Amino acid sequence: MSDKLINATNLKKSFDQFIAVDNIDLSVSRGEVVGFLGPNGAGKSTTMKMLTGFLEPDNGEIFINNINLKSDPLKAKEYIGYLPEGAPSYSDMIVADFLSFVGKMRGLNDNSLSYRLEEMANQINLKDMWNRPIETLSKGFKRRVGIAQALIHDPDILILDEPTDGLDPNQKHEMRNLIKRISTNKAIVISTHILEEVEAVCSRAVIISNGKLLANDTPKNLENKFLNKNTLSIKVSNKINNVFSKEIKSLLNYDDVKIQKTDISTHTLLVSDRRKNPNLNTVLKQISKLKLDVIEANFQKVSLEEIFRTITSENNSK
Amino acid sequence: MDNYLNKTYIILDRELKGYFRTPLASIFLLVFLALSSGMTFFLGRFFERDQADLTAFFSWHPWLFLVLMPAIGMRLWAEERRSGTIELLITLPVTNTQLVVGKFLASWIFTLIALILTMPIWITVNYLGEPDNHVILISYSGSWLMAGAFLALTSCLSVLTKNQVIAFIISSISGFVLIMAGFNLVLSAVRSWSPNWITETISSMSFLSHFSRIQMGVFDLSTLVFFVSMIILCLWINVQLVQVKKAD
Repeated sequence: MSDKLINATNLKKSFDQFIAVDNIDLSVSRGEVVGFLGPNGAGKSTTMKMLTGFLEPDNGEIFINNINLKSDPLKAKEYIGYLPEGAPSYSDMIVADFLSFVGKMRGLNDNSLSYRLEEMANQINLKDMWNRPIETLSKGFKRRVGIAQALIHDPDILILDEPTDGLDPNQKHEMRNLIKRISTNKAIVISTHILEEVEAVCSRAVIISNGKLLANDTPKNLENKFLNKNTLSIKVSNKINNVFSKEIKSLLNYDDVKIQKTDISTHTLLVSDRRKNPNLNTVLKQISKLKLDVIEANFQKVSLEEIFRTITSENNSK
Repeated sequence: MDNYLNKTYIILDRELKGYFRTPLASIFLLVFLALSSGMTFFLGRFFERDQADLTAFFSWHPWLFLVLMPAIGMRLWAEERRSGTIELLITLPVTNTQLVVGKFLASWIFTLIALILTMPIWITVNYLGEPDNHVILISYSGSWLMAGAFLALTSCLSVLTKNQVIAFIISSISGFVLIMAGFNLVLSAVRSWSPNWITETISSMSFLSHFSRIQMGVFDLSTLVFFVSMIILCLWINVQLVQVKKAD
């Protein structure tokens, strides 16, 4: 028995000649929020559709709470709450009826259904829209209804395909807070191409491109991994002319030293080296000889966005 | 088993209420009543016939259903595919068979409501004369069964497209072929080049020949088997098509 709520191995799916998902392994434990990152058409949605039992993989196995999704799909599906891409719903139904329909299909009895409906109305903030037809709701509320139907049976596993797509910044913020709030006792997979979302809510980032899994680590570890290659950035409150610039470069014995004007009175020195990582103390000592006033000095941070671009473009060029 | 039936019922319930959530149901029922009485009284010359029976009413049903059943059933799967809700349905803990049967039954019950609303014609004929109510009851049952076959066919074909209008057209055309299969014009064209058993098979596939026997009050086993197996076959194909076309 494994404590993984989702355990998928060697997943493969092709459509005619096109390989949408190519040998992906993925496991998610309780308490984890996995951010599924990838360019459009990378295979994120296809993978999610396989995890939820909508599509059958050509190859590989999926275990949902140790239940084989292929051999016992009905049992396995009970553990999953799923928000498909675009949050489809029956637009002619009112919110209460739609959620009640999904709840009943999920096997909730009358008592637990009314309790859960109440919970959803409060938790997802749907009270004011409760008796409105879904087709009259704004995009943000439609998405909330989609989240509510995925959560109605309080599932152990939540799979959300682009849950914040099309929401305004406030709604995005609310949605992220909600995901964080409910994440403690669930295994959650969210797909997105918004990287700040992964940084904000995910305990692990999985990057896929062209159907292949390229990275699978915590956002922090990914940043650290890419920080090593990075550049030391030193901001100084001095004016640096061409002559001075050459002097600095000759003093600092590194491959690449760039001096950029930050604003009227400050400049930034960017120091990097292919052979070895520049040492912060050494560099500071060296430039102190030139009487430069250092305002701040640190390794230039690489955003998840840059990591994502680097990884996916490397994969494309292959 | 209870759970199995329960889920099918929940699907049925949602679908049936769905007809009444939009003006579709009332428009359909009005059109059905207007057309069926119009055809009975004007085309069927109900009064001029001066006979206490409902032949003038039932004889138009195959033609009426040819247009109206596709109108009821066209949205069953085409709409699920267009709006993407098929993904929601299939990822629920429910089998494709439950989904297909639940949806089909909803549309069939809706048709039953439409047929029940034509009861005033039955009452009228009983008021004016002494009809054979046994024949009328058989005709009503046969009409509902035939409507079921039309609906199962439509439901099955509506999986093939995301467009309700296309679903309507292909269902009507297929229904037309199944009605025409009993016509002499078609049969003689086939008889000229094919062995007898093919002609017989085509003839036995005709909705019209089966329904005309029912109208005479003859509800034999072959007719019952024909319509029921037609429904089961179409729904079985429907289940397979949902599996194949769900992600297209």
